[in-house]
Amino acid sequence: MTALSGWGRWPRHETEVLSPETPARAAAIQATADGVIARGNGRAYGDAAVGERITVSTRGLDRMRSFDPATGRLTAEGGVLLADVIAAFLPRGFFPPVVPGTKFVSLGGMIASDVHGKNHHRAGGFGDHVEEMLIALPGGDVVACSPERNADLFDATVGGMGLTGTILEATFRLMPVQTGWLRRRTIVADDLDDAIDALAASARSTYSVAWIDCLARGEALGRSLIYTAEHATEDDLDEADGTIAPFPDLPKRGFAVPFDAPGGMINRASVGAFNAVYYRRGAARAGPPELVGWDPFFFPLDSIGDWNRIYGSRGFLQHQCVIPAATAHAALGTILERISSGGRPSFLAVLKQLGPGRGPLSFPMEGFTLALDMPVTDDVEGLLGDVDRVVREAGGRIYLAKDARQSRETFEAGYPRLDAFRDVRRALDPDGRIASRLSRRLGL
Amino acid sequence: MTDQKSLLVIGGTSDIGRAAALRYARAGRRILLASRDPDAARRNADDIAARAGVQVDVFRLDLLEIDSFEAFTDGLPLLPDTVLCVAGELGEQQRAQSETAHAVRIIRSNFEGPALVLGVFAERFAARGAGTLIGVSSVAGDRGRGSNYVYGAAKAGFSAFLSGLRNRLAAQGVRVVTVKPGFVRTRMTAGMKLPPLLTAEPEEVGEAIFAADEARKGDVVYVRRVWRSVMGVIGLIPEPVFKRLRL
Ligand SMILES: Cc1cc2nc3c(=O)[nH]c(=O)nc-3n(C[C@H](O)[C@H](O)[C@H](O)COP(=O)(O)OP(=O)(O)OC[C@H]3O[C@@H](n4cnc5c(N)ncnc54)[C@H](O)[C@@H]3O)c2cc1C
Ligand SMILES: NC(=O)c1ccc[n+]([C@@H]2O[C@H](COP(=O)([O-])OP(=O)(O)OC[C@H]3O[C@@H](n4cnc5c(N)ncnc54)[C@H](OP(=O)(O)O)[C@@H]3O)[C@@H](O)[C@H]2O)c1
Repeated sequence: MTALSGWGRWPRHETEVLSPETPARAAAIQATADGVIARGNGRAYGDAAVGERITVSTRGLDRMRSFDPATGRLTAEGGVLLADVIAAFLPRGFFPPVVPGTKFVSLGGMIASDVHGKNHHRAGGFGDHVEEMLIALPGGDVVACSPERNADLFDATVGGMGLTGTILEATFRLMPVQTGWLRRRTIVADDLDDAIDALAASARSTYSVAWIDCLARGEALGRSLIYTAEHATEDDLDEADGTIAPFPDLPKRGFAVPFDAPGGMINRASVGAFNAVYYRRGAARAGPPELVGWDPFFFPLDSIGDWNRIYGSRGFLQHQCVIPAATAHAALGTILERISSGGRPSFLAVLKQLGPGRGPLSFPMEGFTLALDMPVTDDVEGLLGDVDRVVREAGGRIYLAKDARQSRETFEAGYPRLDAFRDVRRALDPDGRIASRLSRRLGL
Repeated sequence: MTDQKSLLVIGGTSDIGRAAALRYARAGRRILLASRDPDAARRNADDIAARAGVQVDVFRLDLLEIDSFEAFTDGLPLLPDTVLCVAGELGEQQRAQSETAHAVRIIRSNFEGPALVLGVFAERFAARGAGTLIGVSSVAGDRGRGSNYVYGAAKAGFSAFLSGLRNRLAAQGVRVVTVKPGFVRTRMTAGMKLPPLLTAEPEEVGEAIFAADEARKGDVVYVRRVWRSVMGVIGLIPEPVFKRLRL
C-alpha cells in the first residue's frame, strides 16, 4: 500500500499500485481487479488518478508503435509522455495538435481529461484529434474504438477520467511545423472586460491566453497580459535573425524545488511582487511580435522541477471553471473579486477561451475558463464554496482533472450530459469495478 | 551498400539496451536487436523505428545456446559496425548457494554466453580490420561481496575476458569497451532501494555508451564518475578487514 495523491499533493489516499510492463499485462489486471483506476503521470491535481483500492500505473506502457512521416500519424501506447513525443518529432518537423500547460503528461491522461490547449477555440480538445484507441475494458477485453467504430465507447472515453477502462494505445495526427519557435504578441488589458474582449477578438490567432494579475483590485480588477501566437515559419526566422536554429535544443531540466517550502512562503506579498514584476516586464514588451521557443511558450512551469512543493507540505488546490460567454463578464468579475478580497494569494491565474467539448464528460464548453492555484488552508473551502456557487449560477462547470473537492450538486449541475455517460458506464461496468477516489466522491 | 553504420544489441529487451539503441538510432544508425524473446524485442524495435525513423530488425538469440552463435552471426544481413552485449541476469545469491543449477545459470548468462558471443564477432572484426565490441559488465565484478558473489564472479570473468580481447586486438583496428554502469534504474533493480547519487537512468548509460563509441576512446567506462572512486576505495580495503564487512 502507498499513500498517493495528485499533483496538488492533497488529498492522499492509501492504494495498492501495480505497474504492468506490457499492454497485455495491463489488460490482464482489468480482468480481475476491483476498485481500480489507471494513472498516467499524476499531473491531475486532485483525486482522479487514485484508485479506490488499486491504481494501475501506465508508465511501463511507454512504447511508440508506428509513425508515418507522410501523414504525421502516430500510434503510441497510453503511457507515452507528451515530452517524448515532442522530443522525437519536433526535430523532424511535427508538433502535437493540442498541448496542455505541462509536457509531463501521458497520452492516456490527455485523452481521459480531453485536455485543452491555448488553441481550443480553433483546434478543439486533444480528443478531437484522436483517430483510434485500444481500450482494456473492465473484464479484460481489449476493444478498438474510433469516432466511427464503437463510437459511444470512444466518446465516453474522451474526457471520461479513466472510468471506461485503460487506454492501451492511441492514434492521432501530429501537424507539420517549420520551426520550434512561436511569433508571440503581447496585449495589455487594463481590466477584466478588456481581457475578455481581447481574447474574443483574438479568436483568429492560433494560440491565445491571458495571465491575470490576481491582486489588482477595484478599477484594475482583472488587469492582464494577453499573449497570442503563431508557429513561426523559416521565413520569420530569417527575417528576425538569420542565425537562429529552426529547432532549438531540447531543454535540460532546470532547478528543482528540493524540499517542501514552508506553508507561509507563498504569502500575499511574494505573490504580489511576482505579479507586479510579471506585469511590468510583459507590459514593456507590448508591441510587435517576438520570437519565443516552444518550451517557455507552452510549458513555462516545466523548467522548475517539482514546483508543486512550493506550497508546502499541506498541498494545494487548483480551481478551474469554465463560464458560458453570455454570463462570463459578470461571473468572472465576482470570482476575481472574491479571491482578491480574501487576500488569497494565487500564484497563477490563467484565462482562456474555449470552444465546445467532445465527450459527455469533457470539460470544455463555449465560454471562458479561469484557473487559480491556492494552498490548502483551514478556510479555503469557504472561499471555494462561494466561487462554486457563482459558477453554478452562471451555468458553468468545474474541471475534473483539477478537482479534489467540488460537491455532487455543483458537479451534476455543470455536466448536463452526465446521464449519457452513466449509461455507457453501466453497460460496460455493471458492477462498478472501475473506481477512482474522484468517481466515488462524485457518484460517477 | 550504403555507408549507414549499424549497431547490434544483444539483449534487445533490456532497458539499458533499449536506451542505447535509441541513442544510436537518433544518430541515424541502423539497429539490429537480438533477443531470446523476439516478440518482446519487436515492441522495442517498433518504438525505436517510430521515434527515430530508422530500420530496426529483430533476431532470435539465446545466450545459453552457445552452439548457435556461429549460425546466428552468419544469419545477420550484415556484419555490424558495433556489437553491444547488455544481456545478463542478476539471479538470487542465496538460491545460488544451495542450488547448483541456479548458480550455473547465473555464471553462464553473465560470463560464458556474453564472452563467447563477443568472441565470435571478435574474429570477424579482426578479419575485417574494424569494429567495436562493447560489453556491459558490472562493478560487482571488481571485488566479490557476500551479497552477490556468484553474479560478481561471472561479471569479473566477463571483464577479464574483455580486457584480454582488448589487449589482443588493439593493434588490429578492433576496439573493445567494458562498461560498468553502477546502479541503474531498470527492470533488474525494480523494487530495490538505490542511492540516488550512485544511480543512473538507462538513458545516461545509453548516452555514455554512444559517446565512448563515437569518441573512439575509453576502454573501461564507469557511467557515473563517482563509481570509479567508490570502487577504488573498496579495492584498497585490506582483505582481513574486508571479510568482516557486511557488503
Ligand atoms: C502545470 C500543469 C498545467 C496543466 N495545464 C493544463 C491545460 O492547459 N489544459 C488542460 O486541459 N489540462 C492541464 N493540466 C491538467 C493535465 O493536463 C491533466 O490532468 C492530464 O490528465 C494529466 O495527465 P497524466 O498523464 O498526468 O494523467 P493522471 O493525472 O495520471 O490521470 C488523469 C486522469 O486520466 C486517467 N488516465 C490516465 N492514464 C490513463 C489511461 N492510460 N487510460 C485511461 N485513463 C487514464 C486517470 O484515471 C485520471 O482520471 C495541467 C496540469 C499541470 C500540472
Ligand atoms: N541495472 C543495474 O543496476 C545494472 C548494474 C550493473 C550492470 N548491469 C548489467 O547491465 C545489463 C543490462 O541490464 P538491465 O539493467 O538493462 O536489466 P534487464 O532489463 O533485466 O536486461 C537484462 C537482459 O538480459 C537478457 N538476457 C538474460 N539472459 C539471457 C539469455 N540467456 N539470452 C539472451 N538474453 C538474455 C534479458 O532478456 P529477457 O527479456 O528475455 O529476459 C534482458 O534483455 C546486464 O548485463 C546487467 O548485469 C545492470
